[in-house]
Amino acid sequence: MPEKTFGNFTVEVDKSGYLADMDDWNEELAKEIAKEVGIALTDKHFEIIKFIREKIKSGESLSIRKIGKSGIVSIKEFYQLFPDGPLKKASLIAGVPKPAGCV
Amino acid sequence: MSEKIKKVSIICSKGTIDSVYAALILANGARMEGIEVDMFFTFFGLDAITKKKMDKLHVATVGNPALSMPGGLPFPTIIGMLPGVEAAVSVMIKKEVEKLDIPSVSEFLEIITASGGKIFACKLAVEMFKLKKEDLYNDLDGILTVGEFYKRAAGSQIIFI
Repeated sequence: MPEKTFGNFTVEVDKSGYLADMDDWNEELAKEIAKEVGIALTDKHFEIIKFIREKIKSGESLSIRKIGKSGIVSIKEFYQLFPDGPLKKASLIAGVPKPAGCV
Repeated sequence: MSEKIKKVSIICSKGTIDSVYAALILANGARMEGIEVDMFFTFFGLDAITKKKMDKLHVATVGNPALSMPGGLPFPTIIGMLPGVEAAVSVMIKKEVEKLDIPSVSEFLEIITASGGKIFACKLAVEMFKLKKEDLYNDLDGILTVGEFYKRAAGSQIIFI
């Protein structure tokens, strides 16, 4: 597995650049990954990221629709918080694998 | 790698479940990739943005050689002709769609609007079907002529379904 450096962290990533092991994740690392994709993380971002991590951990796959029904953000806000491909960017920052679904 | 697509203009010209979902999934998928989206509904495609019809779309059980029975056996056209069969098959397909966590047409339109995608109706088709603005999807971004559609589509990839 290739390694990638985000700030002070060097972690293993998959071929798409997503964390190879979601347990390598921590909040400081998330901030560094976010910086790389041009996002400054707020508490709201973290709420969403944590929701994504919980869902992935429990074996669920995610969709824009599920994020919209999370009660944390509306779909509109989700697109504003993670512009240009929200589910992919949020998954990248959350340290979970690249979303594989079509919706 | 070649340059990323920046915008797609998706024309939905048919009102069957399969065609409408193809258009909606492409539109939503584009927004998920950060691609700008215009959807233009024309002719029978207008059913997908007509409030009374959007969640009652059907799949064609006659003249659809690709349709098969749940086990994979061919679906005889003569059965597809019987009253109620088209409605029943359509309900079955909608259930399968729901199982894949794919929203209904009305919810899908709302998701696309919330995602920043634009939904337009074709002016000529609206007039032909004698529809009024209030018959159409609440968050419709406008009713366009072909010329206006092309103007908005400048520089985009055009997809016709």
